[in-house]
Amino acid sequence: MTRISVTVDGVLYEEEVEPRLLLVHFLRDRLGKTGTPIGCDTTNCGACTVHLDGRSVKSCSVLAVQADGSQVLTIEGLASNGSLHPMQQAFHEEHALQCGYCTPGMILAAIDLVKDDPDPTDEAIRDGLEGNLCRCTGYCNIVRAVRRGAQEMAVTHD
Amino acid sequence: MTEVGTARKRKEDGRLITGRTQWTDNLQLPGMLHVAFLRSPMAHARISRVDVSGALGRPGVIAAFSGQDFAAEQGSLPCAWPVTEDIVIPDHPPMAFEEVRYVGEAVACVIATDRYKAADALEAIEIDYEPLEPVLDMEEALTDASPKVHAAGNKSFTWKFAQGDIDAAFADAPVVIDRTYIQQRLIPTAMEPRAVVAQTDGDMFTLHSATQIPHVLRVMLAVVTGIPEHKLRVIAPDVGGGFGSKLQVTAEEVLALLIARRLGKPVKWTESRSEGNLTVHHGRDQIQHIQLAATQDGVIKGLKVDLLADMGAYLMLVTPGIPLLGAFMYNGIYKMDALDFTCTGVFTTKMPTDAYRGAGRPEATYAIERAMDELAVEIGIDPLEARRRNWIRHEEFPYTTIAGLTYDSGNYEAATDKALALFGYDKLRVEQADRRERNDAVQLGIGISTYTEMCGLAPSRVLGSLRYGAGGWEHAQVRLLPTGKAEVITGTSPHGQGHETAWSQIAADALGVPFEDVTVIHGDTMTAPKGMDTYGSRSLVVGGVAVRKASERLVDKARQLAAHMMECSPDDLDFANGAFTVKGTETAKTIQEVAFAGFASHNLPDGAEYDLDASATIDPENFSYPHGTHLCAVEVDTETGFVKIRSYVAVDDVGHVINPLIVEGQVHGGIAQGIAQALYEEAVYDAEGNLLTTTMADYLLPSAADLPDFVTDRTETPATSNPLGVKGVGEAGTIASTPAVVNAIVDALRPRGVRDVQMPCTPERVWRALQ
Repeated sequence: MTRISVTVDGVLYEEEVEPRLLLVHFLRDRLGKTGTPIGCDTTNCGACTVHLDGRSVKSCSVLAVQADGSQVLTIEGLASNGSLHPMQQAFHEEHALQCGYCTPGMILAAIDLVKDDPDPTDEAIRDGLEGNLCRCTGYCNIVRAVRRGAQEMAVTHD
Repeated sequence: MTEVGTARKRKEDGRLITGRTQWTDNLQLPGMLHVAFLRSPMAHARISRVDVSGALGRPGVIAAFSGQDFAAEQGSLPCAWPVTEDIVIPDHPPMAFEEVRYVGEAVACVIATDRYKAADALEAIEIDYEPLEPVLDMEEALTDASPKVHAAGNKSFTWKFAQGDIDAAFADAPVVIDRTYIQQRLIPTAMEPRAVVAQTDGDMFTLHSATQIPHVLRVMLAVVTGIPEHKLRVIAPDVGGGFGSKLQVTAEEVLALLIARRLGKPVKWTESRSEGNLTVHHGRDQIQHIQLAATQDGVIKGLKVDLLADMGAYLMLVTPGIPLLGAFMYNGIYKMDALDFTCTGVFTTKMPTDAYRGAGRPEATYAIERAMDELAVEIGIDPLEARRRNWIRHEEFPYTTIAGLTYDSGNYEAATDKALALFGYDKLRVEQADRRERNDAVQLGIGISTYTEMCGLAPSRVLGSLRYGAGGWEHAQVRLLPTGKAEVITGTSPHGQGHETAWSQIAADALGVPFEDVTVIHGDTMTAPKGMDTYGSRSLVVGGVAVRKASERLVDKARQLAAHMMECSPDDLDFANGAFTVKGTETAKTIQEVAFAGFASHNLPDGAEYDLDASATIDPENFSYPHGTHLCAVEVDTETGFVKIRSYVAVDDVGHVINPLIVEGQVHGGIAQGIAQALYEEAVYDAEGNLLTTTMADYLLPSAADLPDFVTDRTETPATSNPLGVKGVGEAGTIASTPAVVNAIVDALRPRGVRDVQMPCTPERVWRALQ
């Protein structure tokens, strides 16, 4: 067992973990952070995307021990003071989710995308979200939501 | 009030965008154990020895079982659709103990204190197999020389359906189109993997499952396990997509209950994606031989369809019925004199097939829409013209088709005209001619799909006549609470479709209460006890109509009380905007005032009870027939075989719309799944019967980068078969889009001699078709 110290959604956790424990299982099974779901075993679907020190990662392909000393942001920590993050709000406004299983990962990946490209074209959004699969929406409304979320983020952060 | 028709943002979203979801795998119960299954690596073998004892000493391992351990109590997984009298329905033990018949079949399990330890201990189980020959090809399977999947042979059934004089239609027909199309095997791939949690206190059992069908599941599990129905509660919490794949009674659901009973502890099983690709039922997998007889003018006389349908190794819940759902749809929107349909269900040593979005109807639509293009080419007319010469004209509705279905309403001309205008059809044809003229390396193709489908399953009597084991009704209860808020209890079981929103809109209008004042309760056989669940685009046209009817009944009850309160006759009251008003006066009581008066019960009519609940069960009088015209333009690189969808236009007619936002979303997602069949997805087994596409790296779901923006619009021809005028929408896009895409690819390459590309139309297949 290895002792790790990780801040998740603003809360510091110190835990003993097996070296092989995946970050996503650490979040879900150990910390009860079940807002981050698992969609595949092979890093293809992106449902488990979280931010690790500010960048999006697929938490099924990160070991919990690799997150030692890091800041993890999950979908559960995204809203602040009761207000949705602009990207969460945009997904709601644009009907960019149906079953919602891919949504946490999609939102967190989209926020990371917008950090790099604050005013993305539709093509940039589609390319940037290639690692996040959705089976319900056909992506049209996700693209719209990310565009809207990017505009709102620009306003909010000015 | 006009909630219905409004693009309400969804009530469901709040918890889904903040991670406060209740997926089955989220459940943590005190003392809960985790199940891992050992699965057969052989497509076909006799199990000669299983020894689970090695697993027992492993850390955290509580128990380990082989199939033999459950042999006396596990029963057989059910098939509820014996399509013929003489159908072969083999025993289907949830855990194999004598013979395995597909790779992935469960043969043993370990129960441990966490999921890692359970998985670790699987390697300590010893199991010996005597290999048997796999059976992988349907046509070979039907030969005498083939090894047998089951002792009774490889044919499950042959189902025939004939209308009109088919011989007359084909005799001397100047034009006969004769084609064979392959519907490749697909893996539904809901984003949420299946998960099950079973618990019991020794008397009551509770099963949480990522299922589309908590109600049907409860009945079937009671039958299979012997747990009395009234001692079994099934809960479908938040469910992350289904597309038919969670319309099933699975081995893991049965075994979780048996294990929980045996160990007296709650148990959880969550599949990995690879496990899911192996063992979630697959879809499609048919060989379609279609023959179409027509006049020299392209007027269809008759249609013959001979279908081989791969059942896989066993018949699951509705496996044999899937091709039948297509049987009545091969004639599509077209008039003809005769239809002859034969389907043979074939066993192979592969994962069983069953419902996948559209279930039989995408296959039928693909075949007829491909054949219509061939007919147009054969007689030298535009493919749209070939359709116009044969389709049912709007003034001919209601129209009883050659298949015996009565299409209640539709307007194919209007939908097509609208689609053509949005698409810029004539301009694209000009560009196509230009590229052909220039012999451009990138050729343009235009694909048309003018589809209809039968959905909204279904009139119970019709289902009975097709030998389906259950009915097609749906139930709703509406309760008016003391403070005037309302609860809607529905038997539908949403997993992404937005019923909480749409049913609130229906109830809000009928009750005259605010949208926000309605809560929709679903997915738990204890709190929503009656239902037939969600599949076959049935929820709105059956379940939504039940919500409307129950709401109206509730208003009738409230009217009685309101009349008593205002000392008038119920007939003297108008009800509008949530208030009962005495005709010609200002005297009124709101429905909220009536609700509280009922609760207080200080002044009820003599002999009356406080009763502001109402229920309704709807058994539809007919299927629902959405239709539309989809147009697809593709650019095909003739040097690389790469297909790019340049534009996609869909004009669908789903009747009246409750929530346009949700309808558009359903259409988008449906189109994407149909395109996925056309271009990307295929479950591939190797020559030994191993599934090669066990991960999302091998089984290619389209990403955002693979798909274009869809242009969608609607025409609105109300259904006449239900009071809301609504038609189903969940499967329409998937049914329509696959032939639109492949027709476009073939259209692009036809001058180069190509008349078919087998799906999925990968660059390699397109390139090979060109050589």
